[in-house]
Amino acid sequence: MSGVAIVGIGMHRFGRTEGVSGRAQAVHAAREALRDCGLRFSDMQFGFGGSHSAGDADTLVSELGLTGLPFINVANGCATGGSALIAADAAIRSGQHDVGIVIGFDKHPRGAFNTDPAEHGIGAWYGETGLMVTTQFFGLKIQRYLHEHGIAPGVLATIAEKAFRNGARNPMAWRRKEIDAAEIAAAPMISHPLTQYMYCSPAEGAVALVLCRADKAREYTEHPVFLQGAAFRSRRYGSFEVFSPWTAAERADSPTAEAAAAAFAAAGIAPSEVDVAQIQDTESGAELMHMAETGLCAHGEQEELIASGATAIEGRLPVNTDGGCLANGEPIGASGLRQVHENVLQLRGGAGEHQVPGDPRVGFTHVYGAPGISACTVLTR
Amino acid sequence: MIAGKTTVDDALFVETAEGPALLGSRCTDCAAHTFPRQGGCPRCTGSAMEDVPLSRTGTLWSWTVQGFRPKPPYTGTENYEPYGVGYVELPGQLIVETRLVETDPAKLEIGMAVELVLAPFRDDEFGWPVHTFAFVAVTA
Repeated sequence: MSGVAIVGIGMHRFGRTEGVSGRAQAVHAAREALRDCGLRFSDMQFGFGGSHSAGDADTLVSELGLTGLPFINVANGCATGGSALIAADAAIRSGQHDVGIVIGFDKHPRGAFNTDPAEHGIGAWYGETGLMVTTQFFGLKIQRYLHEHGIAPGVLATIAEKAFRNGARNPMAWRRKEIDAAEIAAAPMISHPLTQYMYCSPAEGAVALVLCRADKAREYTEHPVFLQGAAFRSRRYGSFEVFSPWTAAERADSPTAEAAAAAFAAAGIAPSEVDVAQIQDTESGAELMHMAETGLCAHGEQEELIASGATAIEGRLPVNTDGGCLANGEPIGASGLRQVHENVLQLRGGAGEHQVPGDPRVGFTHVYGAPGISACTVLTR
Repeated sequence: MIAGKTTVDDALFVETAEGPALLGSRCTDCAAHTFPRQGGCPRCTGSAMEDVPLSRTGTLWSWTVQGFRPKPPYTGTENYEPYGVGYVELPGQLIVETRLVETDPAKLEIGMAVELVLAPFRDDEFGWPVHTFAFVAVTA
């Protein structure tokens, strides 16, 4: 068994790029990742990738090169990028391949996602009556969470304020203007208790990563980052998930909690050792809940951590240093790999104005999505 | 038609002596409940499910209010908006997602007692209301 390293990273800026297709953004990201490690597409032994709304990743070979490599499409909702990465991890760790590429990209129309219930095995009534709306779920979940843990809703605006502050320091982010917590709290209510500025928006972007056997990493880069643990989990009976016409009265751990625990266990690293974390912030409540579900802190502890600045770039536990989904938007196929891209930058010390001080050594990423899935990674330099 | 009313999907409902109820499934092996009906048990992975009417009363487990008009496949009519959305715990059965009749955040509270009603959410091509299930505060 070989370890796995990330040696090349590439990104097409998130946000809205009129006139540039999602596929073109993916090709740009792939070329950047290859250039970053001095390799050509003909050196790639495999590819995994996907998008939700921008086409099949395997067709990118017509632009990148018809080399005959096995390129497998991944379609796993918000965990598309994370799942592609896990597949690449297995392909290298097992000894099947030495070096390959993962690509996540997307380009969504404006406005909230509209999903067909039939794709989720749910009757048409669920969509017709106005329940197939992701923004509702996040409102319902954080409402319950605040109630259970006695947390005041004011913290939700503080989380979004931090996201836009970090985005303003990240040249690759979409939303680069700081917004005051008071303005965020006063914005139109989308799904009580969450206002407009507390939600991310569907967007566009692409990320590619070149991975290889850990023992070959220094042939391609001076600053490899090692993928120490990667895990994916779906929901258990009793976890409360998006697009659920019902949930069980008995409660169970979320897929986030289980995927995070599995990734940390595989890495042999404790959550307390994490120096920088990128976690799913579809809206500010998600960041709050996921901080605890991933094990980075205890339930109920978040309010104090956030209010004291511990999750800021200069804090003890920097969270979403690139501005997260709130400042970058949500291109479904690309978001999970954006988080890994950001952590690689941070662990290399190359994040510039939004660099976490103190030479971070351990990075953690977490994505969450419908219908109750999560993928997590633990990275070290 | 359920209780004399047009509904979005009659298969969601069953008529009982107390009035219309949601129709769910119960696992005859492990007693887990689902809504709507389904053939497999998500708890014990068996497939011995039986039809069961769900409780018409429960307590509010969480709530929100839909703040914008959803895109299709939503088919609701504007005069039935905004609408509340909640999860209601039905004792000994499950927690069901539902529309709420109440849309004022000040009048919604986790733990409040609620009961099932059929509420209109759109008008059909002739202007007649089509109903779905919703929960409303139990009046003393």
